[in-house]
Amino acid sequence: MAEHHSPVNWQALEVGDRLPALQLPPLTRAQLAIYCGASGDHNPVHVDSDFAREAGLGDVIAHGMLIMAWMGRCLTDQVDQSRIRSFETRFTAMTRVGDAITCEAEVAGKFVEAGEQRLRLNLRACDQRGEIKTQGWAVVDVTPT
Amino acid sequence: MIDPKFIGYRSPACTLEVEKGRLRQFAKAIGETRPVCVDEQAARQAGYPGLLMPPTFLFCLEMDRPDPYGWFDEVGIPLPQVLHAEQGFTYHAPAFAGDALTFQAVISDIHTRKGGLLEFVVQDNAITNQHGQAVAEFRRTLVIRHG
Repeated sequence: MAEHHSPVNWQALEVGDRLPALQLPPLTRAQLAIYCGASGDHNPVHVDSDFAREAGLGDVIAHGMLIMAWMGRCLTDQVDQSRIRSFETRFTAMTRVGDAITCEAEVAGKFVEAGEQRLRLNLRACDQRGEIKTQGWAVVDVTPT
Repeated sequence: MIDPKFIGYRSPACTLEVEKGRLRQFAKAIGETRPVCVDEQAARQAGYPGLLMPPTFLFCLEMDRPDPYGWFDEVGIPLPQVLHAEQGFTYHAPAFAGDALTFQAVISDIHTRKGGLLEFVVQDNAITNQHGQAVAEFRRTLVIRHG
């Protein structure tokens, strides 16, 4: 079940403020197999340890897009999805079986664009050692309704 | 090395249906529990025509094209050496189960770093729905590791 937090007061957010983090349990091979099937991304480096070893990776690695999907949940747990204007990530380190990922979002800027009050958020996904696996950026519309 | 002549290379346009069962499977795989993504009644109560597609699923749908790695072969990208380096989405309209989305992909850049040890291929996708409405663009950056 998703954790439930009190709603974020978007108008009151200032640069440096953080959204509630999304904490994931340690990654399992079963999760990678389920994501492989559900996502349609059948690249064997994510599920076939023989292939991953031969490719020089040592073992299977998580789909970057699985980490990005978790980052997306960190956003959509708090903001209506229709208010996300852009969302991008850079996959800076490989995520492996056993890594426990935490996704965080921090307000990096407030600006007006296309007639909307917008926030720029810096995102990151770190493992249990604090290593950054994925960096991200999102722009959301926080205009009062 | 990947020939820079492939900048501008277009994959054939592809139209793919957003299936609700697939969206539920995807939701399960990523731990998505928002009712509008998994419960049709909740989606309709929210005024949506069907289950809401989560923000990164567009990337997955594109991989449903026949032979999703076919363009790797044509361009000369070796699958075992490829990693996903960056991914970006710009959103214009939501997409729902039952939509038919058309993907148009073009390679917009090919460049090297670290003296050729790393090669980057950037592909831009423009996505429209069955009403001709722009849904999103996404940019996929792949890195090919040499040595």
